[in-house]
This record gives sequence, structure tokens and C-alpha cells, in this order.
Amino acid sequence: MKHFDVVIIGGGPAGMAAAIGAREQGASVAILERDVRLGGILNQCIHNGFGLHYFGEELTGPEYAERFRKKVLSDSGIKVYLEAMVLSLTEDRVVTAVSPTEGLIELSAGSVVLAMGCRERSAGAIGLIGTRPAGIYTAGMAQRLSNVDGFLVGKEVVILGSGDIGLIMARRMTSEGAKVKLVMELMPFSSGLKRNIVQCLQDYDIPLRYSTTVTRVTGKERLTGVYVAPVDDKLQPILEKEEYISCDTLLLSVGLIPENDLIAGSAIEMSRITSGAVVDEYRQTSVPGIFSAGNVLHVHDLVDNVSEEAYVAGTAAAKYARGAIEDTPCMQVTTGTGVRYALPQRIHKGEGTVRLYFRVDKVYRGMTVTARSEGVLLKKKKTMVLAPGEMQYIEIDKSLVMGDVCVALEE
Amino acid sequence: MNVYDVIVIGGGVVGTAVLRSLSAYHSKVLLLEKSSDVACGSSRANSGIVHAGYDAETGTKKAYFNVKGAAMYPSLTAELDVPYKKVGSLVAARKDGLPALTVLRDRGIANGVDVRIIERDEILALEPNIADDIVYALYAPEAGIVSPYQLTIAQADHAVVNGAEVRLEEKVIAIDKTQGGFVVRTEKGEYSARYVVNAAGAGGAEVNALVGEEAYVETHAVGDYFILDRKESGVVRTVVFPLPDERGKGILVAPTADGNVILGPTSRKVPHEQAEENAVTAAGLQYVREGVARLMKNVNVRSAIRVYAGTRTAIGSDFIIEESEKVEGFYMILGICSPGLTSAPAIGECVAEEIATKLTLAKKDSMLPLPASFRFREATPKEIALKAQEDPAFGRIVCRCEKVTEGEIVRAVHSPVPARTVDAVKRRVRAGMGRCQGGFCQPRVMEILSRELGIPMTSVRKGDAGSEIAPYEVKDGYETL
Ligand SMILES: Cc1cc2nc3c(=O)[nH]c(=O)nc-3n(C[C@H](O)[C@H](O)[C@H](O)COP(=O)(O)OP(=O)(O)OC[C@H]3O[C@@H](n4cnc5c(N)ncnc54)[C@H](O)[C@@H]3O)c2cc1C
Ligand SMILES: Cc1cc2nc3c(=O)[nH]c(=O)nc-3n(C[C@H](O)[C@H](O)[C@H](O)COP(=O)(O)OP(=O)(O)OC[C@H]3O[C@@H](n4cnc5c(N)ncnc54)[C@H](O)[C@@H]3O)c2cc1C
Repeated sequence: MKHFDVVIIGGGPAGMAAAIGAREQGASVAILERDVRLGGILNQCIHNGFGLHYFGEELTGPEYAERFRKKVLSDSGIKVYLEAMVLSLTEDRVVTAVSPTEGLIELSAGSVVLAMGCRERSAGAIGLIGTRPAGIYTAGMAQRLSNVDGFLVGKEVVILGSGDIGLIMARRMTSEGAKVKLVMELMPFSSGLKRNIVQCLQDYDIPLRYSTTVTRVTGKERLTGVYVAPVDDKLQPILEKEEYISCDTLLLSVGLIPENDLIAGSAIEMSRITSGAVVDEYRQTSVPGIFSAGNVLHVHDLVDNVSEEAYVAGTAAAKYARGAIEDTPCMQVTTGTGVRYALPQRIHKGEGTVRLYFRVDKVYRGMTVTARSEGVLLKKKKTMVLAPGEMQYIEIDKSLVMGDVCVALEE
Repeated sequence: MNVYDVIVIGGGVVGTAVLRSLSAYHSKVLLLEKSSDVACGSSRANSGIVHAGYDAETGTKKAYFNVKGAAMYPSLTAELDVPYKKVGSLVAARKDGLPALTVLRDRGIANGVDVRIIERDEILALEPNIADDIVYALYAPEAGIVSPYQLTIAQADHAVVNGAEVRLEEKVIAIDKTQGGFVVRTEKGEYSARYVVNAAGAGGAEVNALVGEEAYVETHAVGDYFILDRKESGVVRTVVFPLPDERGKGILVAPTADGNVILGPTSRKVPHEQAEENAVTAAGLQYVREGVARLMKNVNVRSAIRVYAGTRTAIGSDFIIEESEKVEGFYMILGICSPGLTSAPAIGECVAEEIATKLTLAKKDSMLPLPASFRFREATPKEIALKAQEDPAFGRIVCRCEKVTEGEIVRAVHSPVPARTVDAVKRRVRAGMGRCQGGFCQPRVMEILSRELGIPMTSVRKGDAGSEIAPYEVKDGYETL
């Protein structure tokens, strides 16, 4: 069995940044990626809008990935296994994968970084009513078909869900000559980025209806149309107001789920809110030596944050592998009014600053974000608008922390 | 014109069972199916239960073939390498349900089925999640679960390996009676045969009408289902039914042969025009939820990965399995509603034997086996290493949820009854049947189909004609990476 200091599962932006972080600590690194190339979901995101924070310029997804890929591939201290699907991970950190060129791969690791990204919720998962024809796709699948394979799924499009991929596909399909008739969102607010609503819908006069859902789909071989209806405050459709829209395509952008199958049933403590692991500020899970970063930890809207987070995880993973992480006591990070989750969920006593990332549970205007410990204000931040679709952070000084930390919104 | 001994119309579990049994004789037999694959009618979307045989009235064809068919399952599924498990079934009853259970038990005994009534303690030992007020149950240890479409496909494959022919996308539109036989016409061709078997399911009455046989009045009832994620598989071990009512066997909770959990079905009458639509309704799903809640605890319906519906076709109260009195050589197997899946192997054997006798076909000494399969999901690390060395495609996982390799998919495309659509691949190897429902693998499966069949990506279909998945080319230059 081959040994590496750090084994990274997944070669998207998170996996690549983790590798770079680990290498800077001098660790030997392996990346296992099931696709034919590194880059993850970025490879199909051919639109602009990546890297504004990290590189200070607007790049396309593949361009952003390429910067990291170059660095990773030119470093002989990083062994990259491609087309290598990881099948299992044990608590004592033996990673098993399979690839067409290597067959069965077994690696032992000083530490492991989980960087498997996320997957999309499917039509089955939301219990779509009606027939089951061709013409219903997750937005990401339609994106891959158009941007990687070069094929367009349809011409008359309705989109359910206002997640970023759906918004971006609305623009993409419009530019390909398709008619996007409607984007609808079950909630009274969007889960997508504000800039995407403006640049992908408003600029193209594509209507967006909130508090609206698909009640039924029709068509035997190919989708012929959808029934849509507004929902009441319990999110139940008001069927008297049902309306039929003919279309040949329904795209679903109804949520992303961290791809944690690999650790299902393991001892790693999971968060029911993020569907990712519970971690400390190094992104270490409850099982020592196993770290998690990127969309597999919690769904990010900006890749810049992913790279940053994974760099931290990779650095810490390398330190763990050489025994340089001390297990100091932890304090919990909890959430108060208006905050859906905050991450990391625990932090170690010590020096330095740490960023607490969080998402709010609905749209808020003119609120102050606070971080308090034992009632004492550690930091506050005034905001104009806070939306669930945009991840935020508040940075605190660890030396000020007395006990558990609570992130909340205050008037 | 191609001349056959027997033509079977309809590639459901019944038609393919007949075909397979006929291929055990020295014969030239053909199956015509209108869809792009076998197992596209009722045989695709049902509960997948091998019923023990206490439901049907004693003395009916249903009772006879059910019991006989159920007994064939263990060896048949082993021979054809089809997922099947004998898990037993429970009909769960409350305090006031004992008389009804007793009737079922007595009927079971009269039908020759191993059944007994058990009480709360024993029920709990079998099903820890049974509802609190269930105190009696009829236990039938012989009941089982099977993958209905895989059985149908395997029967067809096995028949082809043994010399039968299967023609897909050939809807029978006319049948002429000739001297000593028939000429069967489809949109694509003409075939003649000495015998014709009508196993056309919901299309059976229409096919009957083509030869002037009775166009029976069919009733169609849709059943809605949930399929739950594998991670819920621990919630139920046996097939758990409520007491049956006039609408049927009621909403059941059961494991599936592939390791998921199935909840359903309803029984909603629909007109003939909708018999092949299989649309799920919100009310239907709600009825399932409520039925499940009455039967068991801790069933997490929210972890559903799929909802679907299937349609039963019934004619009167019993199966019709007989040669036409009006039209010599025309055999009808119609109104095969539940327990049709269970009965099919026995029906196939019996009908094939009758026809072989009439046509004096000699039985072969033995049948050729199906080629050995490889399922990555079930293979040991050693087997995987070996197989991947032999052919790298068996080391390339395409469907991450169900762990299906490219090698398995390529094989399915070139199997005896070839998979020509994404859905046909899915039914054979489970690519796209897991929790992400093809979100990840579908474009890759499409690429493999396009390559292996030599058709453009824009022509790759989900199922029947008109179901192309990505019918247009992107005109704006896209980035190939
Ligand atoms: C459509 C879309 C549009 C976006 N638009 C923007 C934008 O405009 N601007 C922006 O900043 N951000 C955007 N984002 C967000 C950003 O791209 C993601 O947050 C980021 O790519 C997540 O990185 P990751 O490495 O965590 O996951 P991924 O990119 O998903 O990478 C995970 C990798 O792990 C691999 N993997 C998974 N399981 C296994 C296994 N078992 N074995 C081996 N390998 C495995 C996968 O193949 C994949 O390569 C967008 C995201 C999407 C999906
Ligand atoms: C909701 C539901 C639950 C059930 N549960 C169970 C169960 O748990 N256990 C059990 O034993 N049974 C069960 N059944 C019953 C079982 O599914 C059926 O009895 C069985 O599938 C019938 O098989 P078949 O071959 O007769 O029909 P089908 O599978 O419908 O096959 C008929 C075929 O004929 C083809 N066809 C029609 N017209 C033409 C034409 N003109 N030319 C060419 N081809 C044609 C159709 O395309 C179709 O493929 C259930 C059924 C349903 C719907």
C-alpha cells in the first residue's frame, strides 16, 4: 500500500487548493479525481464571474481552474490519479479507489481532505407529479450537455428554482436561441446571487415568479408542458390558480446536496443543516485527521471562498500528518436570530483571527451582524441587505473568546 | 417473408416467459414488441412482489398459476441471475381484523400455501417498525421480492441466446388468418407463423380485434409509488400489506430486490386512452403516505428518490389463458393483472407446452446459459482488480451512486436484447437509478450509447421515439476542455 502524508478526495477547486496548501507545508500529496481532468464543476461553468475576490479579476470557470491546475500538475510532490473513483475511506485513513489505468488503488494517508463537491437535487427527490418524459433535467446536467458536450436540450424552457445554476442556464439557453418562458421559485426569495438575477434574467426580460411551483408535468415521450401555481404560506400550491405553460424543457435548480455518501454511517459528526461535516476552524471533522472543505462541507456560492477554505484545510491536514496540530479545547459556535448556520461549528482556544461564515434564513435589511461570547460583543458588522443566497462572514479575534460564540442578527 | 412456428405479441413478463419456454423446444419463434425495449408496460412499474398465493380464490387460474409460479422463482432467478429474495410477507391487522385474516389463512391453506397467523411479539421480531396497533398478521414465509424488469429482460435475453428472435419498435397493426397460420403485420414488416400468442397487456383487446376475436372490456387501474433511498433499507424486512379491500391488496411497504424501499400502490381507475400514460397524481401520493403511516412507523417518505406509476389491466375477475375457439392457432393471455408477475413463469411454461404439443415441437436436451455477468457493485476487490486488468472499462465507474462501470454499460448495449436507450441501459445495469437519478451519469451514458450504436448524440433517446434527450447542437462555440 502506498503512503502519502495527505490524500485528497476530489480534484475540484477545493481539492486543488488543499493540495497547494499541503505542499507549502512540505507534505507528500495525492489527489484522487474521478473525472478525466482536474477542475470539478468549474469545467462546465464557461461564464464569467470567478475569481473576483481571489485573483481580483473576472475569469471563466475553466480559466480559474486552469490557474490551479497548472500549479498542481507542475508540482512533482503531488501525485494526481485521474478517472479514479474513491469507493471507501476507513477511520484509520485507508482510501480505496478504482481507475481504468491503475485498477484497484489503495492508499494509506497521514491525513485526508474530503473535497468531493456536491450534487443536484433531482426530480424524484422533489416528487414531481405527472408523467416521466424526456425533457426534464437538473440545470447542471443541461449545463454539462451544452458546455462540455455541445448539445442543447430544448427550445421552450421553464425553470423551477432560482439557484445560480438555473439562472445561468436561463441566460445560456436564451443565447442559444431558446425561449425561457418563466423562472419560478417556491420561496418568497431567491437562493441565487443577486448579480445573477440581474445579469441572467432581468437583462433578458425573463420573468421570475416567487412563491410559485410546478404542480404537474405532461407529455408521454417528450415534455409538452407544465402546470404551475402560486403557493400559500405553508408552501402548498393554490390549485384554483393553476395555469398551464407549454414547453419542451423543464430545468430544475432546486438545491445542491454535499456529496457525502463516502462517509455516510461513519463516526464523522454531520450537520443536519449543511448536510456536511461538523468542523473546527481548520476544517477538521470530529474524526481526527479527516478534514473537509468546499461544497462537500457546505454549499458555497463563490469559488473564491472555496479556494480559501480548502487552502486552510490542506495546510492543517499537512500539519496533522506530521503531528503538529495540538488538540486544544474547543468552544462551540452557535447561531441566534436570523442565522441558519455558521461554520466552523467549533473553534480552538488560542491566538489569531478566524472567519465565521454564515447564511441567513431569509432576506433582511439594515441589520447588524454580531458575534458574542458569554454575552460580550466580540465584533459587529452593519449590513444593508442580507440574503440566504449570499454567504457572509464575520471575523473575530480568538484571544477575546471566553466561551461559546453566538452569531446572530440584531436590529 | 420470414416464417415462424410461433409469434408472441408483447414483450412484458408474460410474453417473454412464453418466448423463453418456447425456446426450450426446437422451434423458430419471434417476439414483437411495440416499444423500444421489453419490459415497458405493466412489467416495468409494479410492486415486484412474488406473492405467496393466499389472495386469489381457490380454483381460479390466478390461484393455480400464482402458487406454481412462486415455486419456480428460486431456481429461475438463480439461473437467469436476476435479483430475488425470499423475504416473506405479512398481512397486518388490528384487533378487529382477525376474522378477515382467518379467511385469508384458510384460503391460503386451500391453495396449498404455507401461511399462519402470528401475534404481536412475533410480528415485532420480524418488523420492529410495525404500527403500534397491529396485533395480528398473516405470515407467509414463501413470499419474495424480485426485480420485475430485470426478470423480463433476462427471460428475453435467455430466449434469444437459445435461438428466439426479439424485434423491438414493431407494433402489430394487422393480422391476417391464412391457410394453416397467420400473417402478422407491423409498421416495419410482415411475418408469418403457424401460431400467434397475444400477450399484449393493455393492448390485448386491440390485438384480439385484429383477428376478429372478442374485444374484451378491460379495466385499467393506476398505482402510484415512492422509491426510497437505499439508506432507508433497514426500515422494513418483509413485505408488509394491510388487510385487502375491494380495491385490492392495499398500500404495502417492502424492500426491493435491489436494496431500496418501495411504498404503494394506489388503485385509481383510468380510461383506456390513459392506460399507458402512467402519470403520478398528488392525491395518489398522498394516499400512499397515509396508507404507509397506518402500517408502519419510521418510514421516511421524504427520502424518496423517485415517484412513479404503473397500470394494471384486468378483464373480469380471472386471467384469460386459452386458445381462441373462433380462431384456430390464436392463443390469448389477457387480463394479467396481479399476481401476473408471480404467475408469468408458470404461464409461460404451460402455454409453451400446449403449443409445442399442438405443433409437435421436440424439446431440446438443454438450454444454453446466459453469458456470465459482472456487477461491480457486488464484486470483491480481488474480482474488481482482475476484471479491470482484463478490460479497463470495468475500472471506469460511470454511475457513481449505483457503482456501474462503463464495461457493464457497453455490455448492456450489446446484450442479446440490446439496450438502445438511456432507460434501457438503466433497467439492465441500474445506471441512473440511484439517489442522484442520473444527474451525474446520464450525459456519460448518452456518450456511450452514441459511440456504441454509431448514432449522433442528438439522436440518443430516453425511451421511445420522440424522447431524444439533447436534440440540438449548440451553435455558439462551446469550450472543449
Ligand atoms: C453551475 C455553477 C455555477 C457557479 N457559478 C459561480 C460563479 O459565477 N462564481 C463563483 O465564484 N462561483 C460559482 N460557482 C461555485 C463554485 O464553482 C463551486 O462552489 C466550486 O466549484 C466548488 O468546488 P469544490 O471543489 O468543492 O467542488 P467541485 O467543483 O464539485 O469538485 C469536486 C470534485 O470531486 C470529485 N469527486 C467527487 N466524489 C469523488 C469520489 N468519490 N472520488 C473521486 N473524485 C470525486 C468530482 O469529480 C469533482 O471534480 C458555481 C457553481 C456551479 C455549480
Ligand atoms: C401497480 C401494479 C402493481 C403490481 N404488483 C404486482 C406484484 O407485486 N406481484 C405480481 O405478481 N404482479 C403484480 N402486478 C401485475 C404484473 O405487473 C402484471 O401482471 C404483469 O406485468 C403483466 O405482464 P404482461 O406481460 O401481461 O403485460 P405488459 O408488461 O404490459 O406487457 C405487454 C406488452 O405488450 C406490448 N404491446 C401492446 N400492444 C402491442 C402491439 N399491438 N404490438 C406489439 N406489442 C404490443 C406493450 O408495449 C407491452 O410491452 C402489478 C401490476 C401493477 C400495475
